[in-house]
Amino acid sequence: MDVTALLLSRLQFAFTISFHIIFPSFTIGLAAWLTVLEAMHMRTGKQVYRTLFEFWLKIFGVAFGMGVVSGVVMGFQFGTNWSVLAKMSGPIQGPLLSYETFTAFMLEASFFGILIFGRNRVPPWFYLFSTAMVALGTTLSAFWIMVNNSWMQAPVGYVMEKGQFAPDDWVAILFNRVVWVRFPHMLLASFLTGAFCVAATGAWYLLRRTYYAEARVMLRMGLSLAAVLLPIQLFIGHLVGDYVHDYQPAKFAAIEARWHDEQPASEVLIAIPDPSTESNKYAISIPVLGSIIGSMSLTSKEVGLTTFPPQDRPPVIIPFFTFRIMVGCGLLMLGLAWLGTYLELKHRLERSRLLLWGIFLSFPLPWIAILTGWYTAEVGRQPWTVYGVLRTADAMTPFLTASAALTTLILFVLVYAFIFSFGTYYIYRLLRAGPAGIPTTEPREAAPNRPMSMADQPSVAARSYISAGE
Amino acid sequence: MVMFWVALLAISILIYLLLDGFDLGVGMLFGLAKNEKDRNEMLHTVAPVWDGNETWLVVAGVILWGAFPAAYSILLSAFYIPVIVMLLGLILRGVAFEFRNKTLASRWVWDLSFSGGSFAASFMQGVMVGGLVEGLQFTNGEYSGGALGWLSGFSVLCGIGLCLGYALLGACWLVRKSEGSVRATARRQIPILAIAVLVFLVVVFAHALIENLPILQRWTERPYLFVFPAIGAGAALVLATSILRHDDYWPFHMVVTIFVTAFGTLALSFWPYMIPSVITIEEAAAPHSSLAFMFWGEGLFVFPLMLLYIVIGYRVFRGKVGPMTDHY
Repeated sequence: MDVTALLLSRLQFAFTISFHIIFPSFTIGLAAWLTVLEAMHMRTGKQVYRTLFEFWLKIFGVAFGMGVVSGVVMGFQFGTNWSVLAKMSGPIQGPLLSYETFTAFMLEASFFGILIFGRNRVPPWFYLFSTAMVALGTTLSAFWIMVNNSWMQAPVGYVMEKGQFAPDDWVAILFNRVVWVRFPHMLLASFLTGAFCVAATGAWYLLRRTYYAEARVMLRMGLSLAAVLLPIQLFIGHLVGDYVHDYQPAKFAAIEARWHDEQPASEVLIAIPDPSTESNKYAISIPVLGSIIGSMSLTSKEVGLTTFPPQDRPPVIIPFFTFRIMVGCGLLMLGLAWLGTYLELKHRLERSRLLLWGIFLSFPLPWIAILTGWYTAEVGRQPWTVYGVLRTADAMTPFLTASAALTTLILFVLVYAFIFSFGTYYIYRLLRAGPAGIPTTEPREAAPNRPMSMADQPSVAARSYISAGE
Repeated sequence: MVMFWVALLAISILIYLLLDGFDLGVGMLFGLAKNEKDRNEMLHTVAPVWDGNETWLVVAGVILWGAFPAAYSILLSAFYIPVIVMLLGLILRGVAFEFRNKTLASRWVWDLSFSGGSFAASFMQGVMVGGLVEGLQFTNGEYSGGALGWLSGFSVLCGIGLCLGYALLGACWLVRKSEGSVRATARRQIPILAIAVLVFLVVVFAHALIENLPILQRWTERPYLFVFPAIGAGAALVLATSILRHDDYWPFHMVVTIFVTAFGTLALSFWPYMIPSVITIEEAAAPHSSLAFMFWGEGLFVFPLMLLYIVIGYRVFRGKVGPMTDHY
């Protein structure tokens, strides 16, 4: 086995999936927000909700498209670089991902078309229903992905048969505890991404003293949703920690940078873990807190990394820091959301330009939290692909050469960098132009038949029919 | 159960070939279009449907993985470079659709990536079919052909052949969906492409005879298979007459028929193998519990809905795309 091909394959998977997750995590939240806007407009009849809906629908279209094209790759990468995993776990992961394609594809593809083309062709209630179905489709897609990944984290419901994981209990696979804490964790993270992007856009417009009515609605809705969801998210995050503690003790010890068994255990707040000496440098830790966090007890014994043989230990430094960055982002968002909501209730938010700047600049936080959270989960799972059963090194395509893996990695990086820079630039232009704006200063084509709002981007409209790649 | 899923896999691949085939073909012909007006019109004939079409590739991919994981793992890893180049081509084509309307200054970049991406994806698909027909190198059930094991004169020939086939399908689609200069250009292209495809098929057949490819033995064993090429030949005749009559409707359907018969020919000559002489359908199949789980949900209920959706989608966007009208 060529170590370099293994490393390159891991880098390639990490790169393509990190790129991909940026878009669905945004569109899942945005789809739900569009549903809310449409419902609010139907209920109150206020124009501002309709304006916001049309505006965010354009952004949704671009992000959705980027998510789709990058997602198509994921469905094939299991086979190209990880053929042993693909063959062994195919009987379980294959059906799960096929359900994702079939169910999410159906809903998103059928109803997104109506979202774009159908405003004037269907009754208002059906239009709202279509919006909700798109949101449901993105949510279902996330569900199947989380079932799939959770099975890799905590494999259940299978027997080994002819060298494959043969499912013998689908109920256990679909409804185990790990799925039902991780799926809400991801779903809330997506909602928070949407909420912060919306609030940040509102803050941006207020700072630029433009689009007051829309900006206020965006700020109020984004911040108050985040203010409510963040405490719930922190609690669910704690439950996710509980499953890691119970099912993946080595990962838990790595996240905590706990090298040796401790009773009662202390909690390392920050340190520089040093794998060579199996200890932490410059550690700041709080006694007993480690036992409380791990087992809700003052006296529990918590396992350290040295309990596990070296070949079964995950890397420490990456999960240790990514976890802390994720939690840090969460706490920062909580502070911004609560302070912002408080000032909003006191009608003082518009005058606090400093806080508006903070909210405006906070839009990357949910993405950083999502990416670092995933790095914690995935790097912490190492050296296993299917936790405790199949090692990553054994899951790779056995005959894959380093040069082939390197070639494709470079191709992926080039193409993704190319489309990402243009895609984000186009989204930036849409956001900058605002709800009333025409995103491009270039002349538009004569197209009398086009409904007004989507006129400048027929291709976004055309995206409607795809979805499955997520 | 295994038969159900192999049938569904075959249907999904066929749907993909036909649907994405014509829009990839339009993508390649797009590179030959003379002016912006024609390019716009060509795009508009496929814009509302192309991404639904492409999704059938994912549908086929996940059925293959879920129902036949052993075949999925061998095929995708053996065709490592073609698969990834195909995916990158599809990405470039997909975002080009999205991005070219957002800019004038760099529109040429997206036009290039649209036709280039379409070409790369089509070519690689043909190369993979060719590599599969010719037979990959295996030692003890493990692929042993190396990173470029799929590359041969024959597979490249098949790559070019599929590009020609898709382009022919695309040209017939354009004739059916458009008027004016786009239709006139496509009408001129159809005879050239049709003859090229014919020549390609003859060359492939001759090559198979000379090389005595293992797949050819299936034909001597099962003479009834010749029904398929016979239907295809009939369709080719109708195609020729409909071109001469300047008919807009029939050429597309005849080329579709030729594709169906070619696909049927290929699929039946593989039978009962999934990868010729390496792994059979039964050997590749996932355990019964996997197939049953897929059957009782997506197979029985969702799949018919997806077919219904294609019908509705194409009904909504039926008819010609006028030069200045727009779907949106």
